[in-house]
Amino acid sequence: MRYEVRISGEGGQGVILAGIILAEAAIRDGRNVVQTQVYGPESRGGATKAEVIISDEEIDYPKAGRIDLLLALTQEACDKYSGDLKDRGAMIVDSSQVTALPPGGFTLFALPIIETAKEKLGKGVVANIVALGTIAALSSAVSREAIEKAVLARVPTGTEELNLMALAAGFELAGASSQ
Amino acid sequence: MRASVGLMQGNEACARGAIVAGCRFYAGYPITPSSEIAEELARLLPQVGGKFIQMEDEIGAMGACIGASLGGVKSMTATSGPGFSLKQENLGYAIYTEVPCVVVNVMRGGPSTGLPTSPAQSDVMQARWGTHGDHPMIALAPASVREVHDCTIRAFNLAERLRTPVILLYDEVIGHMREKVELTDPSQVAIVERPKPTCPPEVYLPYKAGEDDVPPFVRFGEGYRYHVTGLAHDERGFPTQNPRVVEAHQRRLHRKVERHRDEIAAYETFMLEDAEVAVFAYGITARSARAAVRTARSEGLRAGLLRPISLWPFLDLEVGKLAQQVKAIVVAEMNLGQMIYEVERAAQGRARVAAYQKASGEPIHPEEILAALQEVR
Amino acid sequence: MFDYHEYFRSEMMPHMWCKGCGNGIVLKALLRAIHRLGLSKDRIAMVSGIGCSSRLTGYVDCNTLHTTHGRPLAFATGLKLARPELTVIVITGDGDGLAIGGNHLIHTARRNIDLTCLLFNNQIYGMTGGQLAPTTPEALFSTTTPYGNIEPNFDACRLVQAAGGTFVARGTVYRAIPLEKLIAEGIQHKGFSFIEVLTTCPEIHGRRNKLGTPAEMLQALAKTTLPTGVIHQASGPEYTEAYDGIIAKAQGRT
Repeated sequence: MRYEVRISGEGGQGVILAGIILAEAAIRDGRNVVQTQVYGPESRGGATKAEVIISDEEIDYPKAGRIDLLLALTQEACDKYSGDLKDRGAMIVDSSQVTALPPGGFTLFALPIIETAKEKLGKGVVANIVALGTIAALSSAVSREAIEKAVLARVPTGTEELNLMALAAGFELAGASSQ
Repeated sequence: MRASVGLMQGNEACARGAIVAGCRFYAGYPITPSSEIAEELARLLPQVGGKFIQMEDEIGAMGACIGASLGGVKSMTATSGPGFSLKQENLGYAIYTEVPCVVVNVMRGGPSTGLPTSPAQSDVMQARWGTHGDHPMIALAPASVREVHDCTIRAFNLAERLRTPVILLYDEVIGHMREKVELTDPSQVAIVERPKPTCPPEVYLPYKAGEDDVPPFVRFGEGYRYHVTGLAHDERGFPTQNPRVVEAHQRRLHRKVERHRDEIAAYETFMLEDAEVAVFAYGITARSARAAVRTARSEGLRAGLLRPISLWPFLDLEVGKLAQQVKAIVVAEMNLGQMIYEVERAAQGRARVAAYQKASGEPIHPEEILAALQEVR
Repeated sequence: MFDYHEYFRSEMMPHMWCKGCGNGIVLKALLRAIHRLGLSKDRIAMVSGIGCSSRLTGYVDCNTLHTTHGRPLAFATGLKLARPELTVIVITGDGDGLAIGGNHLIHTARRNIDLTCLLFNNQIYGMTGGQLAPTTPEALFSTTTPYGNIEPNFDACRLVQAAGGTFVARGTVYRAIPLEKLIAEGIQHKGFSFIEVLTTCPEIHGRRNKLGTPAEMLQALAKTTLPTGVIHQASGPEYTEAYDGIIAKAQGRT
């Protein structure tokens, strides 16, 4: 089955890196994966996105078109990039940033991702890793073991513990909300 | 090094393939969406003792590549549409003087500055006919990140083997997307070097070819002092206007590529065995075509795909055979009609040839090709 | 006894330059300079562009590369990077090097790569029949300035010096021995050496502008008001050596 994930936010939030880590986690799970992102003027400031398609089969068409899971860290990203979300898809939004939601039959998870990164972990920059935790927890896209290893393989030396905590915080947020 | 599995970007795969192929010189000029190739090689080349230079313009980059190749070093440059236009004169020089090199064009929407960050397939005819004068051409069009890697190696091998530039054409989506790739152990990859002379310098004729129409090459500075010129030249490399010599040289250049057609030709077929309708698609579009063929089959339509990996020389024989088998061929491409004329020519009226064309800066979606297939069934 | 034929490709003679053309004087000065330095023909590469002067590479028995219009410095840059051990001499003209190839000239100077560039300045496009060059003096006539030239012209040496060239010189075909010495000095200099050679085109340029006989045109060069000799010399990191440093760094050796 083809599973499409779109991670969106604004330039500087590490959205692209999150997409790459998610894709690498899927590879660790032995699955096929394609990752794409926005380039050029569109990627300089303002809303940006990374897309990951995960499948057990060969992935022909590499662009996301019917999104299974969409994550939006800003209102602008939500407005701009939520159009292709499947009717029964999942939408994760940052609860402090995204207040106006589009209509649709999706399942909503409004989670304090940025706040958790800032307050609980003391580093706003790890919001993307918290976000990854929520994605891994709320979907069957990747296994927990794979996402942990993929995060460790990508983050700068010396920040491993912080990022693992951020990932765990994401899992916790997701767990609390789905209970 | 061992076989490796990982997430890799198309342009990165091109740079890595070049290193495996033995490329040790890159000259380029920044241009979207190809710049990652330059950035990657700026990092990788000095690690293996190679050299990278960012030139003052696209024309100079092509020139520097040719100069380095004459120095005996496998060379590459990469660009996109506007830069490809600028390189054309020196590209013709490399063809005429038989200097091996690889030119990558990561296609974006055009004409002019066009759509720098969007895909297109509108330079396929420019690759064939962009430089002036009669000339043969070899161009490869990979459709995946893994294939970009392998085609880059193949482009070098063909360039070296046949002493001619080889063009690698892929679009922005393939250049920028990251994909799971499994790369073969580089030590298991066959690498080709340019043919060397066996004769002493006194009798060496730089443009006298053997039976395979490829003249042996010796790099500058080895005692085989010779002349290289873009003027019409004789076997000694000296300018000539002798009609007989000029014509014979032109014909040899064409024959050199034509007679190695089978060595160059590469394509993939998908569900073609019993197909009644077929898609002809290359590069990124072939991926959508594959998905469309799968869906068509599930709906009872016997569809198949012919995916050329080598675009030039054109796969006349294969398309001719296909036209005998199917009743219609849909040529899907991200331009307003380029390869379709070749398909029509090769089909010789034996099958209906229909177009699905798109020039919006977006890749063609599988459903669009499916609809086109249903229309011609 | 010095024999020019030791360096000529006799099968390429006679050359294609017009009677009275100054280019032969530069060719001979260049060959004497090479001889004086004791360079092996096998280790010299000569790279030229398009135009009368650029035909020179066909006549010299070494590794010769006659490139496209305006691009010899770009080709030479690639060749030198690939083979730093070769002595690379670039032959260009005022149209080739200052108009269509001007961009390469300033950037090659800026990089300070070890090439020796001889720019033959005859004030005109001779090969194509006498069109305006960026060096044609104001008010003179050419086939494309039938009412007289209104464009100011380039001072090639000041241009190259400003761009970062580390050896800048000017010679004339009137003084062949000093020219030979300048060329030898330029080849010996480590870094980008630029030698502008004021030469004459009696056939295409002189005749139209009534500049006199070939001999009179040569004598006129003696009175040039432009500075001649070595105009600027400096030392700076040479490009291929600097790149060796990059390789060492990339390989973790520094």
